[in-house]
Amino acid sequence: METTKISGAEAVIRCLLEEGANLVYGYPGGAIMPVYDELYKFQDQLHHVLVRHEQGAAHAAQGFARATGKVGVCIATSGPGATNLVTGIADAQIDSTPLVCITGQVGKHLLGSDAFQETDIIGISTPVTKWNYQITEAHEIPEIMAKAFYIARSGRPGPVLIDITKNAQFDLLDFSYTKCTDIRSYHPKPILNEEKVKDAAAIINKAKKPMIIFGQGIVLSEAEAELKALVEKAGIPAAWTILGLSALPTDHDLNVGMVGMHGNYGPNMLTNECDVLIALGMRFDDRVTGNLQTYAKQAKVLHFEIDPAEIDKNVKSEVAVLADLKDALTALLPLIEKKSHTEWHNEFKRHYDIELEAVINEELAPTNGKGISMGETIEMINKHSHADAIMVSDVGQHQMFTCRYSKFNQTKSNVTSGGLGTMGFALPAAIGAKMGRPDREVVAVIGDGGFQMNIQELGTINQTKVPVKIVVLNNEFLGMVRQWQELFFDNRYASTVMVNPNFCAIAEGYYIKARKVTKREELDEAVAEMMASKEAYFLEVMVEKENNVFPMIPTGASVSDIRLS
Amino acid sequence: MENKTFTISVYSENNVGLLNRISGIFLKRHINILSLNVSESEIENVSRFIIVVDTTEKWVQNIVGQIEKQIEVIKAFYHVDDETIFLENALFKIDSSLLFDERQIQNIIKESNSEIVTVSRKFFVISKSGRRSEIEEVHEKLKPFGIMQFVRSGRISVSKEPMEISTLLQELNINKY
Ligand SMILES: Cc1ncc(C[n+]2csc(CCOP(=O)(O)OP(=O)(O)O)c2C)c(N)n1
Repeated sequence: METTKISGAEAVIRCLLEEGANLVYGYPGGAIMPVYDELYKFQDQLHHVLVRHEQGAAHAAQGFARATGKVGVCIATSGPGATNLVTGIADAQIDSTPLVCITGQVGKHLLGSDAFQETDIIGISTPVTKWNYQITEAHEIPEIMAKAFYIARSGRPGPVLIDITKNAQFDLLDFSYTKCTDIRSYHPKPILNEEKVKDAAAIINKAKKPMIIFGQGIVLSEAEAELKALVEKAGIPAAWTILGLSALPTDHDLNVGMVGMHGNYGPNMLTNECDVLIALGMRFDDRVTGNLQTYAKQAKVLHFEIDPAEIDKNVKSEVAVLADLKDALTALLPLIEKKSHTEWHNEFKRHYDIELEAVINEELAPTNGKGISMGETIEMINKHSHADAIMVSDVGQHQMFTCRYSKFNQTKSNVTSGGLGTMGFALPAAIGAKMGRPDREVVAVIGDGGFQMNIQELGTINQTKVPVKIVVLNNEFLGMVRQWQELFFDNRYASTVMVNPNFCAIAEGYYIKARKVTKREELDEAVAEMMASKEAYFLEVMVEKENNVFPMIPTGASVSDIRLS
Repeated sequence: MENKTFTISVYSENNVGLLNRISGIFLKRHINILSLNVSESEIENVSRFIIVVDTTEKWVQNIVGQIEKQIEVIKAFYHVDDETIFLENALFKIDSSLLFDERQIQNIIKESNSEIVTVSRKFFVISKSGRRSEIEEVHEKLKPFGIMQFVRSGRISVSKEPMEISTLLQELNINKY
């Protein structure tokens, strides 16, 4: 193979280009300057987005990855730059998002000397990365970068951090690049066991009250079509976890809604009544299961999952099919008998009607003089986006309303921080999602609290002119915490009242078009104006201050103890 | 579920940082490691960790699953005591004068199948290999005479049943080269 002598820093850029990564998010500093110098040289091939805080870089890379299915890349300097990435890395780890994070490090001869801006980022990031590695010699760069991309995107995806000492960036190496396709000790895709698939099919074919819960595994393995085919052929009601949302169109007749703490009434109640529970690419998070002692005890659980460590971790399965979801469902489909289960499906409809009456109608059309609700705002966005936008939500009440009420026709359209619940996620993640999918409308829905956690990224929007739509649902409270205080802490609103700045003035200060809505009558027109805008747009909606998200399963309660009020 | 002593065996690539990852798995679950031994294994360039914990079968399964998930880990196993041959090694450093003045000490060495590793003018060193209880017994017997230094190694163990690791690696190697 032909080789040429180049610097380690240039090798880093060439590796990124070899992997098809031509959009990266980052922030410069001393220990990563050689790489930035090369970025200057390669700027027509590799677009670097200067964020305003490294946490923003990590979240933007996540938003990019979640909306495109590709690996997101972010770059930071050593020390504080690297530590600022950590929250985003932890978020990516628990939500299985493929990231490659590159950090600069002090020169090899200074390692361990408490040099200026030296931190042990390998030690710090170990518990929150799928893999990490410190490069101290230039010649290691191509092989390690290739491994990094391979590990980040294969199997159950996740974040990888590569720390590169400054000497390795300066030193010369003979560059040649080979993509990594296998690592002796790493087996990302378990080999599908056909017998297990047959066992699962037999149980499904005999089931009287089967139910599916699908998670992000469907999206990550791009098994949306197979899921839909399975649901339709077997006539099985399918519910989603927060990260599975949008893998099956929301208005599909057999889509019965969300499971978990703020999920829908039907799928939660009926989890404890189904006879077969088919878990597809989901991991029985405690926000989904509530009390494990009472969770789906009557059901035979069939667990389809790529990660062996998830099998029987929380819920014991009757049959576990360890495989990539697409392979598993492709094998399963021909073995499934055509059924309709009409009466069972009607059970979900009956439960939905109860929820409609008790919760949804009032949320979507509030009565007697109440302020604007979060639910009706989401409904308005649905109307003007024609259920075709990528919805990026932050964390809190507005997140639950966004996930509960958004309508989706397309997959990879729901981008939210599920497992870590990271406030400050949505604004930078929306930037990444829009840059990854410029063909699609991207709407970030954020609380007044979370908006202020990475508000500085308005600066990134101003500089890049990325046309994201930002909706802040302002209830002048840390709403979700306030809800818990109301329900479980005797209305003691300790430190959840928010005295907010003039958000529109701030957005305008960043030269972003802004509008504030306080009355219901203005909402329709304002959302229409936002969606029609070709540029970034900031919309602040003053919403009912003490609204609550229901249904709700209190922590530790059984899923069938779900409360409607 | 009741607690038991489990011996976890991990075959891995010999990489910097892996120990940190593995110990983090225990730390996160608040499970104390009773003993840890890392050495080379029967396979070239493959390290073997032997970790002893006192926990439930459910947790040990969970931990082994998480350990196996680490990129550099080739395979991890767990066993209960009956399924392995295991021992520890201990060294006792004792004042040399006692070796000649206290006849009792020579008897202890003989009866316990310990070995004298070295004798110098100032001290001598006894080595004892065996199960924890046997080492403890020797320890108790020697204590009254005064022990200058005492150290015990982590558990090392081999399984009674074959671990399929060599064949597994052979297959991997054949596929690779
Ligand atoms: C970084 C971080 N800190 C704290 C929390 C705890 N937390 C969860 S929801 C919430 C309130 C969010 O308030 P806001 O952003 O205004 O949204 P709302 O609930 O009002 O819609 C808080 C503080 C968190 N999830 N993330």
